[in-house]
Amino acid sequence: MSLDKSAVRSIAELARIEVPEEELDHLAGELSNILTFVEQLAEVNTDGVPPMTSVAAMALPMREDRVTDGGYPDGILANAPGAVVLRDSPQAPAQGGFFTVPKVVE
Amino acid sequence: MTELANLTIAEACDRLAKGEFTAVELTRAHVARMESLRGLNAFITETPDRALDEAKASDARRAKGEAGSLEGIPLGIKDLFCTEGVPTTAASHILDGFRPPYESTVTANLKKAGAIGLGKLNLDEFAMGSANITSYYGPVENPWKRRSDPATKLVPGGSSGGSAAAVAARMVMGATGTDTGGSIRQPASFCGIVGIKPTYGRCSRWGIIAFASSLDQAGPMARTVKDCALMLGAMAGHDPKDSTSAPMPVQDFAKALSGDIRGLKVGIPKEYRPAGLAEEVAAIWDKGVEWLKAAGAQPVEISLPYTKYALPTYYIVAPAECSSNLARYDGVRFGLRVEGKTLDEMYKKTRAAGFGTEVRRRILIGTYVLSAGYYDAYYAKAQKVRRLIADDFNRAFETVDVILTPTAPTPAFAIGEKSDDPVTMWLNDVFTIPTSLAGLPGLSLPAGLSSDGLPLGLQLIGRPFDEETVFRVAGVMEDAAGFTARPEGI
Amino acid sequence: MAYTLQGETGDWEVVIGLEVHAQVTSSAKLFSGAATEFGADPNTQVSFVDAGMPGMLPVINRYCVEQAVRTGLGLAAQINMTSVFARKNYFYADLPQGYQISQYELPIVGNGTLIIDMPDGTSKHIGIERLHLEQDAGKSLHDQHPSKSYIDLNRSGVALMEIVSKPDLRSPEEAGLYIAKLRSILRYLGTCDGNMQEGSLRCDANVSVRPKGSTELRTRCEIKNVNSIRFVQQAIEYEARRHIEVYEQGGTIDQETRLFDSGKGVTRSMRSKEHAHDYRYFPDPDLLPLVLDPAMVETIKAGLPELPDAKKERFIRDYGLSAYDAGVLVAERASADFFESVAKGRDSKLAANWVMGDFFGALNATGRTIEDPPVTAANLGMLVDLIKDGTLSGRLAKDVFALMLETGKDPATLIEEKGLKQVTDTGAIEAAIDAVMAANPDKVAEIKAGKDKLMGWFVGQVMKATQGKANPAMLNELLAKKIKG
Ligand SMILES: [Mg+2]
Ligand SMILES: [Zn+2]
Repeated sequence: MSLDKSAVRSIAELARIEVPEEELDHLAGELSNILTFVEQLAEVNTDGVPPMTSVAAMALPMREDRVTDGGYPDGILANAPGAVVLRDSPQAPAQGGFFTVPKVVE
Repeated sequence: MTELANLTIAEACDRLAKGEFTAVELTRAHVARMESLRGLNAFITETPDRALDEAKASDARRAKGEAGSLEGIPLGIKDLFCTEGVPTTAASHILDGFRPPYESTVTANLKKAGAIGLGKLNLDEFAMGSANITSYYGPVENPWKRRSDPATKLVPGGSSGGSAAAVAARMVMGATGTDTGGSIRQPASFCGIVGIKPTYGRCSRWGIIAFASSLDQAGPMARTVKDCALMLGAMAGHDPKDSTSAPMPVQDFAKALSGDIRGLKVGIPKEYRPAGLAEEVAAIWDKGVEWLKAAGAQPVEISLPYTKYALPTYYIVAPAECSSNLARYDGVRFGLRVEGKTLDEMYKKTRAAGFGTEVRRRILIGTYVLSAGYYDAYYAKAQKVRRLIADDFNRAFETVDVILTPTAPTPAFAIGEKSDDPVTMWLNDVFTIPTSLAGLPGLSLPAGLSSDGLPLGLQLIGRPFDEETVFRVAGVMEDAAGFTARPEGI
Repeated sequence: MAYTLQGETGDWEVVIGLEVHAQVTSSAKLFSGAATEFGADPNTQVSFVDAGMPGMLPVINRYCVEQAVRTGLGLAAQINMTSVFARKNYFYADLPQGYQISQYELPIVGNGTLIIDMPDGTSKHIGIERLHLEQDAGKSLHDQHPSKSYIDLNRSGVALMEIVSKPDLRSPEEAGLYIAKLRSILRYLGTCDGNMQEGSLRCDANVSVRPKGSTELRTRCEIKNVNSIRFVQQAIEYEARRHIEVYEQGGTIDQETRLFDSGKGVTRSMRSKEHAHDYRYFPDPDLLPLVLDPAMVETIKAGLPELPDAKKERFIRDYGLSAYDAGVLVAERASADFFESVAKGRDSKLAANWVMGDFFGALNATGRTIEDPPVTAANLGMLVDLIKDGTLSGRLAKDVFALMLETGKDPATLIEEKGLKQVTDTGAIEAAIDAVMAANPDKVAEIKAGKDKLMGWFVGQVMKATQGKANPAMLNELLAKKIKG
């Protein structure tokens, strides 16, 4: 499969990565090479072969319905750029708070 | 003090126990080496003060008779493991300033065993690479040099390049690595040390920054087989916080090193000798077979016919999973944010500025192969071929107990070499990727030097959860190889 | 009567499929141990897993799986013994991982049925396409700051059951009945509290139209997150009329996601979701296939409560109720239970009248709930007994009920205290009749002359004289005997 500029543009859009217009051609070439390389799989007969999603030969383990986590907004917000933390005094532990993003209009 | 840094973990454990020196002394010796060898760029974050505090606490525990299995042993941690309060970068700009408020299960296990953390080791960005040249914090230099050309800086392999270099250069006694397609084994081979990727599910993935979830496994890197066995014993174990963690007992791996492999059948896959395999790599592989024969094991030629499809399979599965795993790096909750007028603009600018070329490339490939209309042709197809590759191994293990192959097709190459074409770079992992796809344990040990004085590794592959056999065979080969070479000046 | 929309070119039919998101009533989230309680301070019920922090991994909550199975069984649906969690990849501010863990090709529950009861007494089977488990996203607040949206992840990771109907609904009314019935079943099963205000039950409606008599399926629009039955109905009606108008003007409908503006009563395109979505679903490599233990499914099946349809049938059969009354009583398990404890061993029709009449009226008036009733079932039952054995007349019973509401006391005690006991002593009633007759000889004469209408006046006078306590049946009988003799 060879990808053109506009295909790369829309993949980059889906992946939310800004790619400068002048890099699109080069990237299209590179990605096309990679796709050509992986396309050798087409020659393998996989009729009736179930896809392998995990190598772990076990069923999904489950946990009990108990509250064992959460309650630490300070930790949750500590690394967030532009977080708004609500607390009574600078020393007090957080009483919640928010992550912030540019305003979303729906 | 340098003498202390030359000890193996096993020797250091013995002598610490006998009171010949303290954990503080041992840690100081390694801190000194870490500082004097900064030029290799093996560390992203050094934590000498924390290490010395931990060493003091370790000595106190020992005095109270509460020594763990790795009590007082200074280790390095690949900077893909989240460490509480210590910056964790995945060698990516996008994790700028990130300090995890939590500790990965594997590093917590090592701490519980008494190990001391010297700092966070460099790697390829998000563990994507085979040369440790994609790190935002710059490439790592291999302490080994070509005899013919000692001025040229060589790569340590990747992605656990900082780990391999630090262990080889005696900055740490051992290090954690992670292996998705060969990221423990290939750098171990390039740096003349031992590294094992255990069976998928052996070590918890909780708290390790994900690259490709169905492939990622943590493992130890150290200078001897026994040291790796000791480390793995501390790192491994069932973790209810990881749904893919195996509820399997952890054996005493060091005890498995009995030295007796008589009657064991060793598979020699013919597909691992492609045309154009470097002469000296083929030669060292043959030598390895001879060592095993001499020890009473029986080499058996086997066929793993789907081997040639492992690389293309991997380069669909791994990027697909990575494109999804790396969606969380969006500038909202941690790490880098590049402001934008709209939410989408912020995402796009942040991710463009935060991810390096290789990571971006893989995200785009992964996004493409999962997208509508292409899923079946690429992702579903790769998952089917993956099963065929795994079945190859299942069939082989009906007749053999362990498989011996080269670890990498070449010795370490120069920084800057091979970097213009991604597919050529990926060929580094041609011998390690099939094992990863099948989830099997694979160990690399140094078997000898190339004609230019660079280490060459051999890989042993075992049945699922049979690391004991892998270690046992590796121990015999280690004795036979008698690999005592060290990088010049180390 | 089929619901038809008249257009300029002819009659149109609306085709509706509903996707209901029902929050599982669990203490902890689907893949993390954080709490699910409503109304907590922002980001206080969030674990590192829910915040999509690096290296965090999901582990599934067994109870949520059981609740999905229970709901599937309650909808007479196929339970898939193996199902798979998949990642639905998209970027949004309140979606911390960059993907939602959901189920795609292999959901935990397959085809099922839900029966809706039409007001004309007929019923209709609505197909259930599937039920799958998935995690909820967080919440964006757009009104806290002039240029920023604030994100609260308390909801992030809460377990949802997405229940998808087949496009079998043909009117806003049917859609409303479907939601009400689904809500009723979920509440019977205890798998979702059904609270639409708090968002525990949310509805997306897929709407298309076609000319009456046609069987084609035209392009549908999805109206997202409507939070009351009435709004769902309004949104469907508006959307159907919009489609008809577009078609009749020669236009085409684009498949898109729309939002219902309840203030204006209109739907509008969601610009933020405008560019086509490509969710890139793939099996979540952090999770393994979900394999159900057949014994677990059997245990859940054995423990299923009697559901509204079965209960309604039993109420009609065992208590002789009308289909309508039975339907009203079984809508909520609590009201059905309340009715049964009032009716057990008593006159069931009288009990039904009192529960649905004065008692439901009292609930409304007092704002109390059936779980915390202003009159207990035992006391209401006693009142029914007292009416039945003639101790209280209907009129007196209403007075006693009012006092029960006021004081919380049982009716026997109140009758005792207030002396409200019906007079059934023949002598006392005869004496009162005699006194009234003696005081009104002219009226007696008129009756005797054939003016029967005056009988009512006499009853009233005697009742007045006995402060309403005379047994009405005895009074009528004695009066007739005495006057007409
Ligand atoms: Mg939906
Ligand atoms: Zn949904």
